[in-house]
Amino acid sequence: MHAIQMRGITKRFGPVVANDHINFDLEQGEIHALLGENGAGKTTLMRILYGLYHADEGEIRVDGEVVHIASPKDAIRLGIGMVTQHFALVPTLSVAENVVLGYTDGFRVEPQAAQQRVAEAAARFGIEVDPAALVRHLSVGERQRVEILKALYRNARILILDEPTAVLVPQEVEVLFETLERLRQGGLSVIFISHKLYEVMTVCDRITVLRDGRVVGTVDKEATSQAELARMMVGRETFGVTRQDGRPQGPVLLRIENLSALDQKGLPALKEVTLEVRAGEILGVAGVSGNGQTELSHVLAGTLKPTEGRVLVGNEDLTGADPARISAAGVGRIPEDRHEGVIGELSVAENLALEYLDEFVKGGRLDHRRIRQHAERLIAEYQIKASPTDRTRTLSGGNMQKVILARALSRNPRVVIASQPTRGLDVGATEYVRSKLLEQRDRGAAVLLLSEDLDEVLALSDRIAVIYEGRIVDVLPASEADVEQLGLMMSGAREGTSARV
Amino acid sequence: MDIFLIGLIAATLRVATPLLLGTLGELFAERAGILNLGIEGTMFFGAFVGFVVGGATGSLWLGVVAAIVAGILSGLLMALLSVQLGVNQHVSGLGITLLLVGLSLFGFRLVYGEPRVPPAIEPFGRLSPFGQTPILGPLFDQYALTYIAFALVPVVWWLLYRTSFGLQIRAVGENPEAADAAGVNVFLTRYLALVVAGGLMGAAGAFLSLAQLGAFTYGIIAGRGWVCIALVIFGNWDPVRVLWGALLFGGVFALQLRLQITGLQLPYETFLALPYLVTILALAIAGRNAAYPAALLKPYKRE
Ligand SMILES: Nc1ncnc2c1ncn2[C@@H]1O[C@H](COP(=O)(O)OP(=O)(O)O)[C@@H](O)[C@H]1O
Ligand SMILES: [Mg+2]
Repeated sequence: MHAIQMRGITKRFGPVVANDHINFDLEQGEIHALLGENGAGKTTLMRILYGLYHADEGEIRVDGEVVHIASPKDAIRLGIGMVTQHFALVPTLSVAENVVLGYTDGFRVEPQAAQQRVAEAAARFGIEVDPAALVRHLSVGERQRVEILKALYRNARILILDEPTAVLVPQEVEVLFETLERLRQGGLSVIFISHKLYEVMTVCDRITVLRDGRVVGTVDKEATSQAELARMMVGRETFGVTRQDGRPQGPVLLRIENLSALDQKGLPALKEVTLEVRAGEILGVAGVSGNGQTELSHVLAGTLKPTEGRVLVGNEDLTGADPARISAAGVGRIPEDRHEGVIGELSVAENLALEYLDEFVKGGRLDHRRIRQHAERLIAEYQIKASPTDRTRTLSGGNMQKVILARALSRNPRVVIASQPTRGLDVGATEYVRSKLLEQRDRGAAVLLLSEDLDEVLALSDRIAVIYEGRIVDVLPASEADVEQLGLMMSGAREGTSARV
Repeated sequence: MDIFLIGLIAATLRVATPLLLGTLGELFAERAGILNLGIEGTMFFGAFVGFVVGGATGSLWLGVVAAIVAGILSGLLMALLSVQLGVNQHVSGLGITLLLVGLSLFGFRLVYGEPRVPPAIEPFGRLSPFGQTPILGPLFDQYALTYIAFALVPVVWWLLYRTSFGLQIRAVGENPEAADAAGVNVFLTRYLALVVAGGLMGAAGAFLSLAQLGAFTYGIIAGRGWVCIALVIFGNWDPVRVLWGALLFGGVFALQLRLQITGLQLPYETFLALPYLVTILALAIAGRNAAYPAALLKPYKRE
């Protein structure tokens, strides 16, 4: 018996097809994993099922009946509950208020009575929470339990969990899995979104793999392996890239030693990362997003202070240096979010001059003529389709990235740090950016490439480091890397075989 | 007790009445995540509509009802702009204030022309449950609307903290995504909050024209709407604390009126400025730890 059937679901965000004619079935009483890399379309599909997005095409059946889900209210009425990736709780309200919010009978809500009812529900489902506590005082794991209770309180028969383990410590993951198993035995059907292979192999009965908005396949746990799932998840096995091995390499230009740092929430994001990049090589860092790449690029850009470790460029210690000093030391940076790399309201010419304003000052005033000439030269050289006076925010993604590229690379930096340099770009712009990175390498720069696009890492790198949960799992020559092995390391299923750095 | 003191307290309650009504209204809007800068214009509009309808029908209570309806319409307009269309709240609120002030002045010309003295009506009488009894007599010698305004404080508190409507308002003002995911209709909740808010603001205006003054003048609101916005911050978005703020401002205002007639050798503008100075001071102190509703000023859109 199918609890849910989704047929031909298509969802577009502008030019991005997040879901492309997806078919997905959930059986009564099963735990079904939705597995896929970041951006595969998992969240989008489930937000459609929960009424937070509306599909452009396709049909949803619940218990065999075609339904129209216009809002979460509809979904709740159909017995669907969802725990979103970023928790949907009101921090200033109590646990009980959060649970009953939008699901009260009658006008009056007495705190005592609400807490009583929530406590009863918690006991019934075996979920440990304090109904009187304010949500903002709770740990992440506790908040997740509140979210699950919230869904169950609304009589959910189908529970969607979007990357529920991403925020949990291992012990909490244990508890979550036990809870899910117990609820399943009580008749609940669960959709479990994840990109971690060993997790889905632990808790799930069936696994549907998504890639680039399409279903790659649905498999039974009994009939598959982590290796097969990894292959389904990351795609192709061969890459049409000709790589010249054994290219001459120079001295180490970028040295990262034992680097640790915290993320915005104060949790460890980088754990004793050690890497070296030599002149004339590209070191690619592969990893699923959210495993410390952002923090690593911020530390190297000078916008995040490490808690431990050192960063050396040449012989210069740049640990904790500010961005201006890092730039002056010959480090060109291509930031992860290109909108952070430029100031949208300023002109192209101003953005191009921004990092070196000192050089464009004459008698205490900006020399606009030279700023303009500088811009004209770079616009020609980097084929930017814009005029110097255009406001930068009006540029397309590709042209904006070229502005950043021009600014970062025109000074012939010794070290280039490129974070997600082609994310969201069209094919032409992607090709251009990649060719520029290769050009830098051939010129003798040390290039550190952080990318979630495994194909890109494989295509450009001389050596590949894999990052998982803030640690470097392994570093290996690109010629020895294969997708399956990388995929397993990226999802934490396999330790590195060598400790080469 | 001192006659001066009793007179001062009684006047404080009167002066605080429109502030309390307006502030409770603004509090509703802001707890739902909408800063309604239309308050100044809405109070002005309420004062005008209440005055015209009260004068034309001869029923002051009908005037109050008309002012509330006018305020509700203003609230609906604010909801249309800021909730439905997602227009910047500063822009839509200030726009509404400009529009309603202009509209009221235009209407005034149409109805009254350009009179040399402001038109007046016989205002509300006061209730005096204790008659001439010393102390209690003058203290409770107040307009019915004053009684209602003060009685609204516990009502608003109850609505906010003890009903599903209040729970939804608080949720929507803190985290509309969460409220939406929990099955709350965010738009409807914000619409309703703005409707209630507008009604209270309209009533605040009507109190000034139909009770306190019995007349309509161009300067009738005199920035009281802006004071209400300050009082919401001062009261940390809590109906009971807002009451203390309104009393403080009302007290200083009543005091300066009395200081003016003591013959102190100071320009009278100094006294007039006093309540506003106190507002700034109080805000500077209380506003530092202000815990704004987290979603204030943020339009909600699902995709
Ligand atoms: N609200 C949105 N607006 C625009 N693009 C979106 C939105 N949500 C998702 N996308 C895009 O749709 C694709 C799939 O995203 P998502 O469903 O979040 O993937 P996953 O959950 O598998 O990581 C991505 O390319 C993402 O950038
Ligand atoms: Mg996702």
